[in-house]
Amino acid sequence: MLRSIFRRENEKPSVNTSATVDLRKTALNSVHRRLGAKMVNFGGWDMPLEYSGIIAEHQAVRARAGLFDVSHMGELEIRGPGALQLVQWVSCNNAAKLNVGQAHYSGLMTSRGTFVDDLLVHKISETHYLLCVNAGNQDDDYQHIVSNNKFDAAVENAGPRYSQLAIQGPCAAEILQKLTPEPLNAIRYYHFAFGKVSSVDCLIARTGYTGEDGFEIYFAPEFAEKLWADLIKAGESAEMIPCGLGARNTLRLEAGMCLYGHEIDDSTTPWEAGLAWICKMEKAPFLGSDALAQQKQAGLARKLIGFEMLDKRIGRDGYPVVIGGQQAGKVTSGCPAPFLKKNIGMAYVPPSNNTVGAEIEISIRGQAAPARIVALPFYKRPQ
Amino acid sequence: MYPADYRYTKDHEWIKVQGDIGTIGITDYAQQELGDVVFVDLPKVGAKLAPGKSFGSVESVKAVSEIYSPVSGEVTETNPLLVDAPEKINTDPHHTAWLIKLKLSDPKEAASLMDAAAYEAYIAEQAKEHSA
Repeated sequence: MLRSIFRRENEKPSVNTSATVDLRKTALNSVHRRLGAKMVNFGGWDMPLEYSGIIAEHQAVRARAGLFDVSHMGELEIRGPGALQLVQWVSCNNAAKLNVGQAHYSGLMTSRGTFVDDLLVHKISETHYLLCVNAGNQDDDYQHIVSNNKFDAAVENAGPRYSQLAIQGPCAAEILQKLTPEPLNAIRYYHFAFGKVSSVDCLIARTGYTGEDGFEIYFAPEFAEKLWADLIKAGESAEMIPCGLGARNTLRLEAGMCLYGHEIDDSTTPWEAGLAWICKMEKAPFLGSDALAQQKQAGLARKLIGFEMLDKRIGRDGYPVVIGGQQAGKVTSGCPAPFLKKNIGMAYVPPSNNTVGAEIEISIRGQAAPARIVALPFYKRPQ
Repeated sequence: MYPADYRYTKDHEWIKVQGDIGTIGITDYAQQELGDVVFVDLPKVGAKLAPGKSFGSVESVKAVSEIYSPVSGEVTETNPLLVDAPEKINTDPHHTAWLIKLKLSDPKEAASLMDAAAYEAYIAEQAKEHSA
């Protein structure tokens, strides 16, 4: 029965598909193995998929807190007088609007207005930006930015200099506050500060990929084991637990967030992916802006929608979407939503068929399963 | 851990033969690899199965996996417990969380499958390949 299991859903094709090639490891690899985590190849990295189980980890983050090792994420740093111009040229959000200490979600664009990657842009100073990018894309992103660097900025592929932990959930602030003198209530959502956590220098950002309040902290890998241990201890009274990439995926899908390689890739545009809010045409020209203006005028052939299944089956990624007996698109991500207790997913369909409430079908191994289009996000945390 | 009176397949199903009735389930190793099971799709009573033929699927949060019949026969019963409590597969895969019962075409057919000792050696080998 396990013929298909080892090809796990979330895995992105990578150069390291062969078992003989060494996978990249984070500084916490031996910690995960000691904890008995189920490990998986994710974008060429040997990462924890789950520790106690995806459902238990998912619920812990919604109700209390979870700790994730996300050190596989890439960091690119852009410095110099031309730094802002370079960020503005390669990405679609308007980085000129960022204040020092502020971050935003953006897209790294091809000249066709499609995604090289999605990323977080942090403004550290007027001449210094930190980009947090996807693990499997970091080397391509770096090359892409370097090859478009006509502004004489200094570009660094800084991934190896950082470990990253995500503390997510309604108790995250209270747990992290035990270890830092930095007043966390002064760090607003999508803002960051430099401060000590457990006496270790960190960039403390109030960001995340779970739909909950929480923090992502960046620091030197030599301190990873210490910070992990101190955070686990600080989280004991709130019953925080370690969480893997499995729960990270179900949490982000419930929160309606895109995952590179699923909802977005180098064939999709921000308009199609429902990401018009990160695509600021008023700052044009930028890489892809001509193509994006053209597509906006011509109209879209497909649009990302959210759906929920109307029976117990699960519409998983790659399954055809059927509307009126015709194949209308494909599921990009689909899974059980442990908090909402429904089976949910996202899919591309023609804009003529994207009305919320409309009934569609997902073709599951040749059988049609009923589903309904619903508004995104599926889950929004209580304010 | 693995009952001595069962037989096992390389795809991690087990079968217990009593007279001309075979009870089929998935192994503890399989449930561990799948993680939290959320849905089980089983055939109708009366369905005819052949060795290696897919007769349904088990879905966990992360993945869907087909289940293959170890032997030939006709489905006489499916486990009603799994309709509302598929997660029983995670806690008791070898006993209460059986999947289907078959009227066997040939009760001797299962004898060619792995016994518990051979299966344990087989999964030890799989685990080694996995962590390599």
